[in-house]
Amino acid sequence: MQLIPCPWCGPREETEFHYGGQAHVAYPQDPAALSDEDWAKFVFFRANPSGPLPERWTHSAGCRRWFNAVRDTRTHDLLAVYRLDEPRPVIP
Amino acid sequence: MNPTAPGADLPEHPDFLWDNPEPKRSYDVVVVGGGGHGLATAYYLAKVHGITNVAVLEKGWLAGGNMARNTTIIRSNYLWDESSGIYEHSLKLWEGLEEDLGYPILFSQRGVLNLAHSLQDVRDSVRRVEANKLNGIDAEWVDAAGVREICPIVNTLPDVRYPVLGATYQPRAGIAKHDYVAWGFARAAAALGVDLIQDCEVTGIESTAGRVTAVNTTRGRIGAGKVALCAAGHSSVVAKMAGFDLPLVSHPLQALVSELLEPVHPTVVMSNAVHVYVSQAHKGELVMGAGIDSYAGYGQRGAFHIIEDQMAAALELFPVFARAHLLRTWAGIVDVTPDASPIVGLTPVENLYVNCGWGTGGFKATPGVGDCFAHTVAKGKPHPYAEPFTLDRFTTGALVDEHGAAAVAH
Ligand SMILES: Cc1cc2nc3c(=O)[nH]c(=O)nc-3n(C[C@H](O)[C@H](O)[C@H](O)COP(=O)(O)OP(=O)(O)OC[C@H]3O[C@@H](n4cnc5c(N)ncnc54)[C@H](O)[C@@H]3O)c2cc1C
Ligand SMILES: [Zn+2]
Repeated sequence: MQLIPCPWCGPREETEFHYGGQAHVAYPQDPAALSDEDWAKFVFFRANPSGPLPERWTHSAGCRRWFNAVRDTRTHDLLAVYRLDEPRPVIP
Repeated sequence: MNPTAPGADLPEHPDFLWDNPEPKRSYDVVVVGGGGHGLATAYYLAKVHGITNVAVLEKGWLAGGNMARNTTIIRSNYLWDESSGIYEHSLKLWEGLEEDLGYPILFSQRGVLNLAHSLQDVRDSVRRVEANKLNGIDAEWVDAAGVREICPIVNTLPDVRYPVLGATYQPRAGIAKHDYVAWGFARAAAALGVDLIQDCEVTGIESTAGRVTAVNTTRGRIGAGKVALCAAGHSSVVAKMAGFDLPLVSHPLQALVSELLEPVHPTVVMSNAVHVYVSQAHKGELVMGAGIDSYAGYGQRGAFHIIEDQMAAALELFPVFARAHLLRTWAGIVDVTPDASPIVGLTPVENLYVNCGWGTGGFKATPGVGDCFAHTVAKGKPHPYAEPFTLDRFTTGALVDEHGAAAVAH
């Protein structure tokens, strides 16, 4: 169990949150133009790095808002937490 | 049941099981990952296909990944024909494996109950039993009284939050001792000439004109005619070295054991709905697993609240465990696919083959996939049992959706 810093509520226990998978996966701009391979990539393929991963979380037992975080998947450390309308921060 | 001293039926270890050779400059086949799947693949490559110039490269110690961390449940009662094919093939191999390897693996066919807790669970379970029967797999539907008869310590009272309405029962299912399985394959593969190389992390994969040529490792460059990936939790990382992506997310999966107890639990009990599965190890510990931790992770540790949920579920199902002490907990890293079925077969790189995505359930497949993957690598085309599990099913849409029978939340 770890503390996750909600951008609105501050640090709260992990059990208050729900995981939403990889962040910044945009719906295709021109869906009709997509090949089967492109659809497969969009629907089934997600980044799965051993290292920093931008991902979505929702504070479901708190303010119920979504936000993004960059988390190191090796250590689970949250390297950055930011709002959906903010760009992905550059992690040194 | 006669009370016996804990560990009484465990055999003595021979002091020496395999060599620790220096890596050669090149091999016909390099297997990446020295877990059960990598070792079994190497064994069948040598034994069935006569390909013995083979190295298994393991970044840590042999079978120290998921092979050493799983809860050892073996069964073949999956829903779809494709899955029945490969899992039942594996179960049949398990039934003769001790003799084949000449090594004890303590395969105990004590049966598995998959509990149903709602009317929908009941319908899904009965459907799966019928599908199993059509595939020649032993399966029965038992009601709550039947569950009580098979495993008297399951709480079948109706006044709990998720009452037990019945279960599917596969009598030929069971458990085996995972370390012994790995050591048995390792010993037999080494005896056939396979080099087992520990402390050797693959850090790069070289190819020329779309064909794999070598792997780079922490112990130097090793030429390879063919490369077979068996890197379980790290499959995405290894595939990226070869320049392609896999539809996988790696998650922590936790398990735990209690202190040693006298025999109280005669079978294996799994509950998909409340996310716990329990058996009693040969030595006497209660072995319990949970669902995956929700987020992606490579840290080989999970969150404590998953264990809390798992314990709450276990106590409701088995009130008799209330005073057992928890001895230790741990996690493995499992690579999960969108349809809860594995990926076995060819890749966009010639002579490079992948076996991954077994998620929470690949231990039971160890001999079966070893056999099918060895065939795939040796012949350069999929074994019939592996054929439905290609990487391109995510493009064609021919998914094998086994979430319902995978039996662990993922
Ligand atoms: C807690 C838990 C419970 C489970 N319970 C069950 C169960 O009851 N029944 C069941 O059927 N399945 C179960 N599983 C799943 C099962 O353990 C796995 O599906 C199966 O072990 C995967 O195949 P493997 O044995 O080869 O993997 P592993 O043993 O993980 O082998 C992969 C190996 O690759 C090595 N490796 C990774 N990257 C590299 C690299 N770059 N270079 C060299 N080596 C590398 C790793 O160190 C590792 O040893 C469970 C898993 C866990 C974690
Ligand atoms: Zn909040």
